[in-house]
Amino acid sequence: MKRWWPWALTGILAVACVIYYFIDATKTVSVLQFSLRYAIPLILAAMVGIICERSGVINIGIEGQMLMSAFAGFFGAALTGSLLAGALIGVGTGMIMGAMLAVGSVTWKMDQIIAGTVLNILATGLTSFFYAQGQMLPANMPTFEIPLLSSIPLVGPVIFVNGPFALAALVIVIVLQVMLFRSIWGLRTRSVGEKPSAADTSGISVQRMRFLNVTFAGALAGLAGAYLSLEAAGTFERGFTAGRGFTALAIMIFGAWNPIGALGAAVFFGLATGLASQLQADEVIAIPQQFVNMLPYVLTIVLLAIVSGRVKPPASVGKPYEKD
Amino acid sequence: MSADLSQTDLGFTDPDPKRWSASWSRSQAILIPIVSVLLALAVGGILIWLQGVNPFTAYKVLFSSALGTEAGLLRVMQKSTPLILTGLAVVVGLRAGLFNIGAQGQLVVGALGAAVAGYLLPLPPVLHAIVAIAIGMACGALWASIAGVLRAYRSVSEVITTIMLNAIALSLVDYLASKPLKEEGQPLSRTPEILDSARLPTFGVIPIGFFIALAVAVFFGWFLMRTTSGFRFNTVGLNPNAARYAGIGVRGTIVLAMAVSGALAGMGGSIESLGIVGRFEPAFNAGLGFDGITIALLARANPIATIPAAILVGTLRAGANALQFDTGIQPEVVDVILALTLLFVAAPIVSRMIFRSRTKQRALTSGWGA
Repeated sequence: MKRWWPWALTGILAVACVIYYFIDATKTVSVLQFSLRYAIPLILAAMVGIICERSGVINIGIEGQMLMSAFAGFFGAALTGSLLAGALIGVGTGMIMGAMLAVGSVTWKMDQIIAGTVLNILATGLTSFFYAQGQMLPANMPTFEIPLLSSIPLVGPVIFVNGPFALAALVIVIVLQVMLFRSIWGLRTRSVGEKPSAADTSGISVQRMRFLNVTFAGALAGLAGAYLSLEAAGTFERGFTAGRGFTALAIMIFGAWNPIGALGAAVFFGLATGLASQLQADEVIAIPQQFVNMLPYVLTIVLLAIVSGRVKPPASVGKPYEKD
Repeated sequence: MSADLSQTDLGFTDPDPKRWSASWSRSQAILIPIVSVLLALAVGGILIWLQGVNPFTAYKVLFSSALGTEAGLLRVMQKSTPLILTGLAVVVGLRAGLFNIGAQGQLVVGALGAAVAGYLLPLPPVLHAIVAIAIGMACGALWASIAGVLRAYRSVSEVITTIMLNAIALSLVDYLASKPLKEEGQPLSRTPEILDSARLPTFGVIPIGFFIALAVAVFFGWFLMRTTSGFRFNTVGLNPNAARYAGIGVRGTIVLAMAVSGALAGMGGSIESLGIVGRFEPAFNAGLGFDGITIALLARANPIATIPAAILVGTLRAGANALQFDTGIQPEVVDVILALTLLFVAAPIVSRMIFRSRTKQRALTSGWGA
């Protein structure tokens, strides 16, 4: 095994969960549910980062893409009176934001980090201008129970009883893992991110591949945003995404640009915050709320400091492709 | 060689020498930001019109309230002061190839540091203010250095760390101002008022902080264009490999550039605390750091040009409240106008569509590490 420690960590955490399940079943399930709910938008946003960076484009604008989609999804649902319409509007908005990044960083060959930052600031400005108070969702997002699987103790209520977005996110991770390493699309995507000149020579249009990938990845950012406003919170506030798009980039790096790896990293993030909130609520540890709020951000920096340099980004990430 | 580099325009396009003369590229460097601002105002005008208000009336209210009265002008100067400094903070970073999105956090930390020094230290006037500003700058520099060190020694992207440090700084100062450093017997979470000896004086009616900011901008114009240290910053930003080959300590330069950048943002926060607010209140200072990004890009990473860019942004910000009061338009329309300005200057929209120049885009930041 080349990298044993992620598996070791997962094993230890899993054993700890099972032991706690026997001590206090309801609390264990509720902490794990909280953790997964915390992890879902990070997972989806990390997938956006993975698709973009595997094709050679840095997407620092995930935050803005999510914010716009959360906004459009919420107000779309509130105004049309349909959750489905809201979800579609959210995903569509994400795709438009993806296309904007694609135009900037692929077509115009802008500095990719600046292009993403422009998206972030644009999203903050537009959502705070058009924000209106007093809007409500027509209904709560329904929860699905997968038959049979949901009756497994511990795992069932945590994973297989969830809203449509959360379930979709987990499926997307697996599909993406397979697609990226076992399909023609995956091979082409990785080739334009690693060695675009070689891909070009073999007849793949680097620009087209990058443009489409960045645009469709935007749809996933839309899903992440719509999840936040429609399924997780049921509301929208200014600055709603609270830096999750950036944390997701750290999760992508921590997961070594692999979907499954990022899933593990996101769940670890979720567990850390879930545990901290629970311990604080139980008054086991008496730390001020502000320090609990800081935790995911501090964790991001610490993990990046540990992992950076040990995992390799795609070789041509951040470099616009110039034909010689 | 340094004279050569001093001519370098860190704009976003490399003019093609075969097609455009140097003077054309220079006039373009001035025209593009102006056209971008006008375009953004036009789009903002459409938004205002959609809300049922005549955009010309709205803009007249905005600009005349900011620039037409003495009180308005004073407010423009107050608003522009921290903006010049955060703009400079981003410029210094960009010169060294670093994209400091964390000016907000550095500013807030600096504002708190200066406010605490302002009420705790028993020092004579003038000296007290200077020491308090220095402490605020040191706080900002230290805060930014976390990102600088991680970038230099662990290749962690400063873009992510500075954003994370923004969020951490906000929680941290919120905690400090609501618990250990809180003014006794106050429902609001804020620090005690600073002593009179730490208060920044006014020059006539004009707050002295404005002049400090102008002087700092001019100083950095000279520093980045004409000194060896400035040359190091530029070289590391343009080509770290060449810098290493030339014997420049790239890591040290990165940490130093980040610290200087943070010190500038911290200075902006200090002047807010000592000159305007008179204490630290977490509710103040919002959004100043992000305007710094817009200002730096509007100024095309030129230190002197941050002055007009910051005054423009300060004018819009100062007039936003009157706009709401007189026409009912939300002040957030200014956020949209500024975001669009950033979009138009940073993306080659204006240069391509209007000036028809197909110049090569140039990398300003240096991506993920290395």
